[in-house]
Amino acid sequence: MQTTYLDAWQIVFNVVARFWPVWLALVLVMGASFATRKRLGLYGQLYDSGVGVAGVGICLFWLFTAIFSSTIAPFDPLGQLPVMKDALPGAVEPQSGLAYLFGGDKLARDIFSRMVYGSQIVLIIAPAATGFALMVGITLGLPAGYYGGKIDAVLSFLANLVLAFPVILLFYLLVTPGIMETPIPYGMAGVFFLFPIIFFCVLFWTRYKKRPDRIYWLMALTLVLGGWVYAGLVFNADPLHIIRMSPNQLNIFVAVVFASSPGVFRIVRGLTMDIKTRDYVAAAQTRGESPWYIMLWEILPNARGPLIVDACLRIGYTTILLGTLGYFGLGLAPESPDWGTAIKDASRLLRQFIHPALPPTIALMSFVLGLNLLADALREQSMKD
Amino acid sequence: MISFIARRLATMVFTMICLTLVVFYLVNLEPNLKKLALAQTNSRATQAEVDSWLVRNGYREPFLKQYGQWIGVWPSQPGRNEAGEPQPRFNYCDESLEPKLSGVLQGNFGCSTKFRTTVAKKLFPALEATGILMFFVLLVMVPVSLLIGILAGMREGSRTDRVLSVASIASTATPEYVSGVIFTVIFASWLGWLNGSAASATFDGITFTNFTLPVITLAIYGIGYIARMTRASMVEVMTQQYIRTARLKGLSFPTVVIKHALRNALIAPFTVIMLQFPWLLTGVVVVEVMFRYQGFGYTLVEAAGNNDIDLLLGCSLVSVFIVLITQLISDVGYAYLNPRIRVQ
Repeated sequence: MQTTYLDAWQIVFNVVARFWPVWLALVLVMGASFATRKRLGLYGQLYDSGVGVAGVGICLFWLFTAIFSSTIAPFDPLGQLPVMKDALPGAVEPQSGLAYLFGGDKLARDIFSRMVYGSQIVLIIAPAATGFALMVGITLGLPAGYYGGKIDAVLSFLANLVLAFPVILLFYLLVTPGIMETPIPYGMAGVFFLFPIIFFCVLFWTRYKKRPDRIYWLMALTLVLGGWVYAGLVFNADPLHIIRMSPNQLNIFVAVVFASSPGVFRIVRGLTMDIKTRDYVAAAQTRGESPWYIMLWEILPNARGPLIVDACLRIGYTTILLGTLGYFGLGLAPESPDWGTAIKDASRLLRQFIHPALPPTIALMSFVLGLNLLADALREQSMKD
Repeated sequence: MISFIARRLATMVFTMICLTLVVFYLVNLEPNLKKLALAQTNSRATQAEVDSWLVRNGYREPFLKQYGQWIGVWPSQPGRNEAGEPQPRFNYCDESLEPKLSGVLQGNFGCSTKFRTTVAKKLFPALEATGILMFFVLLVMVPVSLLIGILAGMREGSRTDRVLSVASIASTATPEYVSGVIFTVIFASWLGWLNGSAASATFDGITFTNFTLPVITLAIYGIGYIARMTRASMVEVMTQQYIRTARLKGLSFPTVVIKHALRNALIAPFTVIMLQFPWLLTGVVVVEVMFRYQGFGYTLVEAAGNNDIDLLLGCSLVSVFIVLITQLISDVGYAYLNPRIRVQ
């Protein structure tokens, strides 16, 4: 049977049309933000520069794509329709009458749908891993910078130790099928995932310890929520079965957190050493505040500007790391639709077909570019103040 | 200065020992040993046979003793066959049958099970191949990125600055596996000017057609980063008092930039370029796998993918050494170049 094809304009039109929920959400969110930008602080100031608008736009585009994946994608990302093997872009699938907009790959899956679903994996793991790395880096970097001396020496040495590993070697050692038979990933996860709980407990305790009406509520909330997530992530034993993580995902998650927390540690330590010489820190010390209160409520809020910029860049870098993992086939399942795995599959067959390679590469590049532009605009804006 | 370097060297050696201990532990994990034993005996060996092979070849010795043997501070024992007679662990490397010091310090890196030869014979040619690649990458990357950074930072906020800054942000957003695919599509599949594979470079020598794509793919990711650092450093220097003085005394803008600003603006990028090596290492692995160039990165992936314990240890040792030595050079060089940092 003859396969029918859409022409180039129809492909473009169809792709744009498939993204309709994203465009709608983008217009709503960005329009509302633009109208009220004077009252939105740093986020609102982003709308004053072209770079900022581009950065916010690209990031939100992929965020909404991840949220509305099931509406946007016409096909199942893992579904194989044998007729469509290596189909060129725009080939119409005879049964449903829908087109493989970007063509089919060597296993006859729809490349467009895989790209859309791939955004989900990236947008869940990259920001979450960055969040954990920030928690670890902040919780260790603050005391290292504030106290200095032995604590600083030991922690800095450990951070330098991790930083001296080339990332790729670290991944080849830490993300292997063999290591999942050992308790190492679970032990590391157990340690890393404790940090957010410790962080929030100390955060609330130092501020509200004299106000029993608040402290019990906040501590209980932290421990219950933290313990719930902790049980779900580390032991895969969430009683409600909402939060769970396969051993594979846990392994890459831990490896990514491990690789990026020393960087955060160094930045936080440097900022703390700078800020602790300020007058308001001296004032708090004279007032008799505890060291952890000063670190968490005086120093940390004043270090937020560079930290937000760094977080944006770091999410982009984590996305690149995830892509690297996918490219080497480490950790993620071989049929997973994430962009790195798709690039790996496509780049092997580049001589025969180029169309499977382009969507995931451009998706990954544009997302990281959006984050970098966002970070650049944020840096410009925070320098103006 | 001497005591500073000595202290840094001591820290480096200590770091190296810690890192190699970690690597040694991770590489010799039980699942990996089991796979090795199965590959060396036969794939249907029972647990008892596997254990016996591991015991006879010294994989069940205490951890620190094994580590000492690998480093070469403890005499290594030859493997034994079932009858208890000395016999090399693997039949393709002639390991000595006498107990003697033979480890990394003596130049013996062990035996590669994947390439069926000694690790040294595989690793050093691979390093040489990667060295050639790195040489060309630096030859492209350093001048281009410095030029972009200086042009952008010379007049902050100008149109040139905006365009070049966005271009360098875009290049830092393009990891090697993305730019490699895009360049191959454009230059190899579409235009047909260049080779999409550097496999021929290993045997037939380097030519423009087979080597350009790996080099520019590897260079492009670093260019953006170094250019941004150079720009930041240049912008800072251009606001200094002495630049204003030089301008006010009537020197032309190019003279001020070349004679006064440049020398001070290049201190920071020097550190960045040196610290770029560990990042380049990841890039080297991606690029060598993508373009099938048989260098260090390719060897590392083969070793890790095929459970080749000794070769992976050798690769780790080399990469950790490269990272630490570049850190040392960048620290010492920075202290040497920057008159404001005089270590006591």
